[in-house]
Amino acid sequence: MNNTPGINPIFRVDWVVILIYMALLAFGWISICGASHEIGDTDFFSLSTRTGKQLIWIGCAFGLGTFLLLIDDRYFDTVANVLYWFMMVVLLITPFLAKDIKGSRSWISLGEVSLQPAEFAKCATALAVAKLAGTYGFDMTSPRHLARAAGMILLPMGLIVLQKETGSALVYFAFFLMLYREGMPGCFLFTGVAAVTYFVVGIRYADLPLPYTETGVGEFVVLLLIWIFTIGMLRVYLPRTRHALRLFLWGFVLQGGAWLFSRFIAPFDIAWVQVTLCLLIVGYLIWHFVDTRVGKYFYIAMFALGSMVFLYSSDYALNRVLQPHQQTRVKVLLGVEEDAAGAGYNVNQSKIAIGSGGLEGKGFMNGTQTKLKYVPEQDTDFIFCTVGEEEGFIGSAAVLLLFLSLLLRLIYLSERQSTVFGRVYGYCVLSIIFFHVLINVGMVMGLMPVIGIPLPFFSYGGSSLWGFTLLLFIFLRMDVGNTIRRETR
Amino acid sequence: MSGKYNFSNRKYVIGAVAIMVTVLYMLRLFALQLMSDDYKKNADSNAFRKEIQYPSRGLIMDRRGRLMVYNEPSYNIMVVMNEQIGVDTADFCRTIGITREQYEQKMQEIKAKRNYSRYTPQLFMAQIPAEEFSVFREKLFRFKGFSIEKRSTRHYATTLAAHILGDVGEVSEHDIEEDSYYQSGDYIGKLGVERSYEKQLRGEKGMKIMLRDVHGRTQGHYQNGKYDKAPVPGKNLTLSIDMDLQALAERLLEGKLGAIVAIEPRTGEILCMASSPTYNPNLLIGRDRGKSHKALKEDKKSPMLNRAVMGTYPPGSTFKITQALIGLQEGIITPQTQFPCSRGFNYKGLHVGCHGHGSPISLVPAIATSCNSYFCWNLYRMFGSRDKYATVQDAMTRWKDHLVSMGYGYKLGVDLPGEARGMIPNAEFYDKHIQGRWNGLTVISISIGQGEVTATPLQIANLAATVANRGHYYTPHVVHAVQGGQIDPAYRKVHRTMVDKKWYDYAVAGMRQAVTGGTCRGANLPGYEVCGKTGTAQNRGHDHSAFMGFAPMNNPRIAVAVYVENGGFGATYGVPIGALIMEQYLNDSLSVASQEKAEALQNRHISYPYYE
Repeated sequence: MNNTPGINPIFRVDWVVILIYMALLAFGWISICGASHEIGDTDFFSLSTRTGKQLIWIGCAFGLGTFLLLIDDRYFDTVANVLYWFMMVVLLITPFLAKDIKGSRSWISLGEVSLQPAEFAKCATALAVAKLAGTYGFDMTSPRHLARAAGMILLPMGLIVLQKETGSALVYFAFFLMLYREGMPGCFLFTGVAAVTYFVVGIRYADLPLPYTETGVGEFVVLLLIWIFTIGMLRVYLPRTRHALRLFLWGFVLQGGAWLFSRFIAPFDIAWVQVTLCLLIVGYLIWHFVDTRVGKYFYIAMFALGSMVFLYSSDYALNRVLQPHQQTRVKVLLGVEEDAAGAGYNVNQSKIAIGSGGLEGKGFMNGTQTKLKYVPEQDTDFIFCTVGEEEGFIGSAAVLLLFLSLLLRLIYLSERQSTVFGRVYGYCVLSIIFFHVLINVGMVMGLMPVIGIPLPFFSYGGSSLWGFTLLLFIFLRMDVGNTIRRETR
Repeated sequence: MSGKYNFSNRKYVIGAVAIMVTVLYMLRLFALQLMSDDYKKNADSNAFRKEIQYPSRGLIMDRRGRLMVYNEPSYNIMVVMNEQIGVDTADFCRTIGITREQYEQKMQEIKAKRNYSRYTPQLFMAQIPAEEFSVFREKLFRFKGFSIEKRSTRHYATTLAAHILGDVGEVSEHDIEEDSYYQSGDYIGKLGVERSYEKQLRGEKGMKIMLRDVHGRTQGHYQNGKYDKAPVPGKNLTLSIDMDLQALAERLLEGKLGAIVAIEPRTGEILCMASSPTYNPNLLIGRDRGKSHKALKEDKKSPMLNRAVMGTYPPGSTFKITQALIGLQEGIITPQTQFPCSRGFNYKGLHVGCHGHGSPISLVPAIATSCNSYFCWNLYRMFGSRDKYATVQDAMTRWKDHLVSMGYGYKLGVDLPGEARGMIPNAEFYDKHIQGRWNGLTVISISIGQGEVTATPLQIANLAATVANRGHYYTPHVVHAVQGGQIDPAYRKVHRTMVDKKWYDYAVAGMRQAVTGGTCRGANLPGYEVCGKTGTAQNRGHDHSAFMGFAPMNNPRIAVAVYVENGGFGATYGVPIGALIMEQYLNDSLSVASQEKAEALQNRHISYPYYE
């Protein structure tokens, strides 16, 4: 306030975002009414009810937002690193202070109120990464700098995994969207998408046999994809060579021949032929790398090799790294296991809740699925079910569009920041919100595995609401500062 | 901008990803919410527990309003398999008095049902009497998953009229398929009016829609009961049956096989309908229903067969009335026409025997003395008349059409299930079954109610009613009135035969003369002009004894048919039984002499060696 006397930052705030924020809060609170109250119970404002408490959290969030708008925005830059390391310490000691709630140790109670440090660590991480990116000479395309940024993101992730809150930890992957915007090579994202594809296809179709062979469809398709991706990368990154065509012909003849042999002469596991083919391609590329010293050959060879290693280790990863309940969730989602009564129950009931809403929904307080507690966690992680059931397609589509407009508005605001710090922070905020919506809504509609993360501004609970308010309003304050400086320049 | 390149275009990629995800999710929402109804149904079946409210079944009264069938409360034990865990089976079995094996068997049966569900109450045991139930109720809290459903069972205030009243039983899977009103465990009329008036008697089930939470606990009425429906009680039936008359009829048939049907000619209402042997309708209620049902089914004398409508017999001489009417209408004979009878019909080497009476003989005395020869000539003339009919087939068709118009050969349409149609042969039948040509002589025995002709006692009684009405009848029926409604208009519709009214006077005269000085002298009833016709039907064993008649001759109030299997001459059983029925109905009591006669008839049993 001392920098620009006479202009109250509150009047310069981006009202579009504020309006969307208010609309989401209002919609969210109505949904909590539907989800947490029993039929005929209209005591929404009593402080002993979840809706009453949520009103307090919302009130506090307004106070927090106003406070953030009133403080000096340069302050954020100053405290970023201190806050980051402070939060890391808090995350580190949380498991020792927290009580065990459903197997996770992530909640710290302060008297009546319980807080989840992981929710606030996101904000601290966003500030610190933004500060790092804003440092003079920082270049995201440099592997060393990129690794530093990635390290700052992976540290809290690791600490949260130690609290056995895998869901909250996964949210930190959202930062890679921001990194992409800032220049991280797109092949990282491509590799990520490829890995997910290998994993899903490999596990989903592992036990389905390919006709006339002794190979599983999963393995066959993944090896085929590795071959196709490798050829594709050669075509894109080394467009003036004829390697792509040559490897395509090789592969086509070898794999086609193997299948025909298996079909008409003697059935065998043609994956061996594919593995050999891929290894031959890797050898071919490394030989060219040694010959020509063009690094791209090496990277593509490593991609192919890495993909194969990933394929043959994903089984191990699923069965050893993930916890049993997570394994089941993954398997149920992929359709490997049918389990309508167990792990699939929640998602099944939540799909029923949403599906039964129809076009206009059953009306406020008329949802039977949520009201009669068929849907679990109906006012926290599965809050979107209530929207689907009571407000129907119109209501739920409106919520999705509200989130989309918030995200697009945030992209616009981020891009207009004059500092890298401001822009990176803005992208962090929108990436985190995007990731939460993506996972949470995808989960309740049965498109994503069940990962317990809240729907921003909707789910019941103070920590999550304050965490998102903190994230958003710090950015809004930065934007106000940015606007005022531009105007007074 | 920092860095070597400007990556600001990547904002479009990120924006596009956000838009794509939103579109994808909206498509998913669209698919879930608007493409299929399944989720809605699924949510409803989750949340709604439809509690069925059973209506009370309509009562059944006789024509004077005396109660015949009523309801008493009973209790069904229901089980929800999914919740039935940790029940002390030994204690449970002891409480309701079944063995462990029966328990296991019941459970298997429940699981084998087609629309079995682990989550909804299934009928474990039906119709627990009130006394046993109170013990069970005290212990109910210990038997998790078991519950009680209040129903009512049928009780019979009488041991009479089992065939008319019928019974109720659990619906079969076939019934459920036929009519979606029924659910497993419901009751439905199986026989008698319980079945034919099922829709009126059953009423309409009501429904309470309760909300049930994930733990199965009830959370109150859905929408405060806006969609609940109260049960509509079934309608009471008043039968046209007179219980006193029915009681007498059943008494008279004791120890014999046969049937008695009495009809009020003016309306077609059936006054009594007895079939022997009969059974006590109370056997078919309660838990022993299955056992009793099996025993009745296995009885060689078929007590469950309602011989009055299901039994088809040669009508014998009662059929001669139809022949007289057809002959008169077709102009084959006139009331004055005389035929010779030399101890029977003798022509071209064919002999149909008769008994001694004057010859030649005209129509009225022929009926009174039941002359076989007269009616053989009549049919022979008719089938041989090439003036009137181009072929014998045409004559036969005409003959058949007459009989169909009199209610023979097809179901009359009585309001009881399982009615038989009897048999009136037609020309095609003989073309097919007789090698070569045929003529009146070939089929001569149909003229005296023998041969291929068969009829149900109801059809014979209907003939008596038609003659009493001088040429028309109303479809016989046992229900006089349905509470708050109309009986089927089909029962109010008059059916006219193809014979002119004037010709009936000669049939009536013949039947009157039979009583005053012919074969039916035993049917004479002081104070009434009774008309009657005996029948003695030949068959494999001893002749069947039949009688049909009505009284009084003018403004008849009752028409009756009696059929006693292997009873010998019509006059032996048919006539006295018919006379007693008419006397009872007309006088509302029996004279002392008649009471003795009734007593004697009741105790006269016929032995049926081939049924033993």
